[in-house]
Amino acid sequence: MDKFKIEQLNIWFGKIHALRDINLSIYNNEILSIIGPANSGKTTFLRMLNRLNELEPYFRMSGRVLIDGREIQTIDLEVLRRKVGIIFALPLPLPLSIYDNVAYGPRMHGIRQKSRLDEIVERSLKQAYIWEEVKDRLFSSAFKLSGGQQQRLCIARTLATDPEVILFDEPCSGLDPISTAKVEETMLNLKKNYTIVLVTNNVKQAARVGDRTAFFLSGELIELDTTDKIFTAPKDKRTDGYIRGKFG
Amino acid sequence: MMNVRLKEKIAFFFLFLCTLFIIVPVGMIVVLIIKKGLPALTWQFLTDVPRQGMRAGGIFPAIVGTVYLVTGAVVCALPIGLAAAIYLSEYAKDTLLNRIIKLAIVNLAGVPSVVYGLFGLALFVVWCRFGASILSGSLTLGIMILPIIITASREALEAVPHSFREVSLSLGASKWQTIRHIVLPNAIPGIITGVILGIGRAAGETAPILFTVAAFYLPKLPQSIFDQAMALPYHLYVISTQVPNVDEKIRYGTALVLLSLVLCVNLIAIVIRYRFRKQKKW
Amino acid sequence: MTKKITLRKLKEFIIEKLILLCGLASIFFVMLIFIFLLKEGLALFKTVKVSNFLLGKSWYPISEPPELGILPLILGSLLVTFGAAIISVPIGVACAVYIAEIAPGKVKEVLKAGIELLAAIPSVVLGFIGMVTLVPWVKKVFNLPTGLTALSGSIMLAFMAMPTIVSIAEDALYSVPRSYKEGAFALGATHWQTIWRLLLPAASSGILAAVMLGIGRVIGETMAVMMITGNSAVIPQTFLAPVRTLTATIAAEMGETVVGSEHYFALFAIGIVLFIISFVINVTADLFLHRKPK
Repeated sequence: MDKFKIEQLNIWFGKIHALRDINLSIYNNEILSIIGPANSGKTTFLRMLNRLNELEPYFRMSGRVLIDGREIQTIDLEVLRRKVGIIFALPLPLPLSIYDNVAYGPRMHGIRQKSRLDEIVERSLKQAYIWEEVKDRLFSSAFKLSGGQQQRLCIARTLATDPEVILFDEPCSGLDPISTAKVEETMLNLKKNYTIVLVTNNVKQAARVGDRTAFFLSGELIELDTTDKIFTAPKDKRTDGYIRGKFG
Repeated sequence: MMNVRLKEKIAFFFLFLCTLFIIVPVGMIVVLIIKKGLPALTWQFLTDVPRQGMRAGGIFPAIVGTVYLVTGAVVCALPIGLAAAIYLSEYAKDTLLNRIIKLAIVNLAGVPSVVYGLFGLALFVVWCRFGASILSGSLTLGIMILPIIITASREALEAVPHSFREVSLSLGASKWQTIRHIVLPNAIPGIITGVILGIGRAAGETAPILFTVAAFYLPKLPQSIFDQAMALPYHLYVISTQVPNVDEKIRYGTALVLLSLVLCVNLIAIVIRYRFRKQKKW
Repeated sequence: MTKKITLRKLKEFIIEKLILLCGLASIFFVMLIFIFLLKEGLALFKTVKVSNFLLGKSWYPISEPPELGILPLILGSLLVTFGAAIISVPIGVACAVYIAEIAPGKVKEVLKAGIELLAAIPSVVLGFIGMVTLVPWVKKVFNLPTGLTALSGSIMLAFMAMPTIVSIAEDALYSVPRSYKEGAFALGATHWQTIWRLLLPAASSGILAAVMLGIGRVIGETMAVMMITGNSAVIPQTFLAPVRTLTATIAAEMGETVVGSEHYFALFAIGIVLFIISFVINVTADLFLHRKPK
């Protein structure tokens, strides 16, 4: 069954028409990569899925976004955001300790019990492959970690809220190649249990991890197909041009 | 070309002179008060009640009165001021209403202090029947320092990066949880700075307490919030204009105590602000 | 679990409403102040005509019948304020330019701290210092029977207005885009030419606001004025005579009035006048501050 179904989605910020007539489905337990040049609407699309766009002033939309067959506007905002976690482009730890960063979500959802929090923190950090690196300094500031470690901490923090979908918004744009490889490996491992949507500037990254790839340009969905097809035999010549690096 | 350079030199020298004209008297005032007030500062002066019609003894009741008033003012103003700041920084959108709120804050800050005194007299002393009391004085001073607390707290809240709020919301925290657990804790140093500046202002003002609380001469400590009290600034006013033949030493001593209180409070605010800037985590 | 969540939502709903309510508090208090001034002050005009109050030439509140004309007080306030403005505006703006443009880093910090220090000194302390230093000096220099004059008041008030003028004018100068300055330098203008021809005009609306707020501070100032201007309620003829201001009148006389008497109402009516003056000044200054630079 489809995890997300998007029908005739249009988004405006004031007079800017950011997304035009988007129709697509996101399957359970796939990694959907979204590529496209800057200002193509891919991040706007991603932030639609957990309604973060609504924080911007002058936001307007039309069309429908369904999760598990239910329109997202009808779901309690906090429940939706717990279900659909997001990893931002830059590592954004909260000004708290490593432990408190990971425990933040569960605490806000009402989990107070120390032993349960301990358990969630350990599990999440392990899932994000950072447990070994931080287990001896859980209570030091998250800002003391390196950029790559911070980003994996952010992944752990999102996992701790027990999501079903994880959105990645160019998660490796600020990272070095080794950290990037670690984050990508984490994503591939998470695929078993989660649906993943990855927005990336890096065409090669989409090719490496995506099951399917969508190409956005100027707010429109140009092409969506399995990653193999997009990269070997794109139907639209604009897609071809973009992945060959003719513009971007 | 020479002419232009010369003109610039003269102009800059003139600007420098103007600056000196402000700064030098400030230094002289402070030095004068310290020099002449220090000999009066004995333990007895600080802890004794005024004697012989305020021509001898100490200023203890005035110090206590000021401490009570300032505490009361902060207790009144902080919750409202902080909540107002949260509203402006977290909830308010760019609407006419918020433009009016900001204008009201500016006006509240600009109302002459003696008008606050009148207002306190009409509302708290007469209409609410609190009489001239610590309660009336504290409420009046509290409203007076409200704009200071709102403005400083709002700046502190707005300085917390937007991304922290977004992260917290994206983790499924509610708006209030985000404010309570992320925004407020990171704005605390700025809020404290605002409170301290408010304390400094409340401690030094005379006109608002003239008709709402201040007692001319009351050589015992207030027992409840419905009592009148002496206060340092009013006491200084009284002994410099209303009571003849007060020893100069006592006047300067009182001025020194009041000035040090206000300046210490401001210094603390500056230190907190400075340290906070240095250890900022983002 | 769901019950717990609904409870939490209810709590947050209440908190958010309370916050909104407090957001409106400033409007509420401004209105409350005005209403209570009106409530007590307007009672005067049942017995005294507005024109006689505002333009009456004599203020003898305790004679029988009382004469309640505040023209001498208005003129006293205006005279003292005018004097203070003449002194503080040029010096204050010059100081702001020096701090914003010329003073090197460390000196700048020291100067700014000095200005903040001046702003923090309670007005009663400045009044006291004025009494013991400025007043005897004025008396000696101008060979007067008393040094408690409008001039002393103006000088003291000029000092009290300076922190406001300097800090707001400095902000205005600071917020002129750097590119303006760099452009002028690139064309070969000297620093002073740049300041005089470019920076000051560009910052003019902010500087105007600074001047207005400084004047607002002066008109509303009470304690220092009361202590050093001599408090004689006659129409002032010269800077070297004692005057009495609107603020000082309220502060000095309210203690002696009976609640509900004509004199009591008259002092509140003066309060209304002061409130309106400060309201007009603050609103206008705010408009200048938020005017978009061309």
